[in-house]
Amino acid sequence: MEYKDYYQILGVERDATQDKIKQAYRKLARKYHPDINKEAGAETKFKEIGEAYEVLKDPEKRTAYDKFGSNWKNGQDFTPPPNWDAGFEFSGADYTGSDASGFSDFFEALFGQSQFGGTRRHYTSYRMKGEDSHAKILLDLRDAFHGSKQTITLSRAEMHADGRVVTVPHTLHVAIPKGIIEGQRIRLEGQGTPGIGGGPAGDLYLEIAFREDPFFHAEKRDIHLSLPVTPWEAALGATVTIPTLGGNVQMKIPAGSQGGKKLRLKDKGLCSQNKTGDQIVTLRVVVPAAVTEEQKALYRKMAQLMPVNPRNELGV
Amino acid sequence: MGKIHYLEGTVLDEDLRCSLVDMCRLCGVTAELLHEMIEEGVIHPIEPAPMEWRFTAVEIKRVQTALRLHHDLRVNLPGCALALDLLDELEDLKQRRRRR
Repeated sequence: MEYKDYYQILGVERDATQDKIKQAYRKLARKYHPDINKEAGAETKFKEIGEAYEVLKDPEKRTAYDKFGSNWKNGQDFTPPPNWDAGFEFSGADYTGSDASGFSDFFEALFGQSQFGGTRRHYTSYRMKGEDSHAKILLDLRDAFHGSKQTITLSRAEMHADGRVVTVPHTLHVAIPKGIIEGQRIRLEGQGTPGIGGGPAGDLYLEIAFREDPFFHAEKRDIHLSLPVTPWEAALGATVTIPTLGGNVQMKIPAGSQGGKKLRLKDKGLCSQNKTGDQIVTLRVVVPAAVTEEQKALYRKMAQLMPVNPRNELGV
Repeated sequence: MGKIHYLEGTVLDEDLRCSLVDMCRLCGVTAELLHEMIEEGVIHPIEPAPMEWRFTAVEIKRVQTALRLHHDLRVNLPGCALALDLLDELEDLKQRRRRR
């Protein structure tokens, strides 16, 4: 098991006052709260801070923890010495704390026993609905476009018969409906944490996020694509083959188009049962390099035949 | 090996409507708390008359986030409303930046 340096986690000195500890915790909790901080790892960090605070805010737990001394490093392999807790009094179940299930083995080994007011819950005497769970699922745009079947594995907190909370993998097969969009949530009834004392299980909320695609990006239901075209295709018009999430289609580029022009392909975006989205194609004119003398001459001829000042609007 | 059964959930989008009772059940809160949340602007019913309050299913997330902010960071309800609005705005700006 890894030693946890709770002082280092909260960024406080070992002799910090209870007030200092509280302030440090509040500040870090605001910074890493998973609803506020969307970066990967924020949730783990938030749980780690919560665990550190759970120990250091309680003078009894803090004193017991301090007994290991200051020579341990965070992450170092650690086994608590036998009877390390002898001579300490722990005053019962004051564990109001957040979600105990996310705490480390280290915390469980030290404070997880019922006499320390740990994570063991007295549950046999009542019935309670299990907690709702929340998870993010990462989809390819094509899966969202067509609808897809996904198998996901989440880790879920479950209560052992003896009241200990353990984390177990929970595998789910989920049908994702066609035309789901980023940020939308799917509620799966009864797929959250199991209930207590025969109570119903909580629900699972899956939030949809999209994997980055090299060509397409989604804005709500619309799919955007930047399309390279040649100057003559833009000037003279052309029919070109372009990719969509549903496969290649033919698109007409009108004559006299400029770079940046947006063309809309109806219903080629993320369409659900009762909502439609389009594909928006933005033209990007690619200028061929003039390498040979003949090519350079052609550009010079264009300059002669089509004199134009593209900076007119800038007043220069 | 039996055939894999794929779960079909409910998509919580703007088209899905919930009553006050649904909201209470789904979020595990009392009607009183939801009243307060409406008053403080945490959530916005579509139908303004209390007797027939209806919410879009996306409001469920606002209630759940508000509950977490309150529980974890001790933010009060007006603070939750402010935080939720700012978080929406932040998300919007991030999306726009990504597009560029």
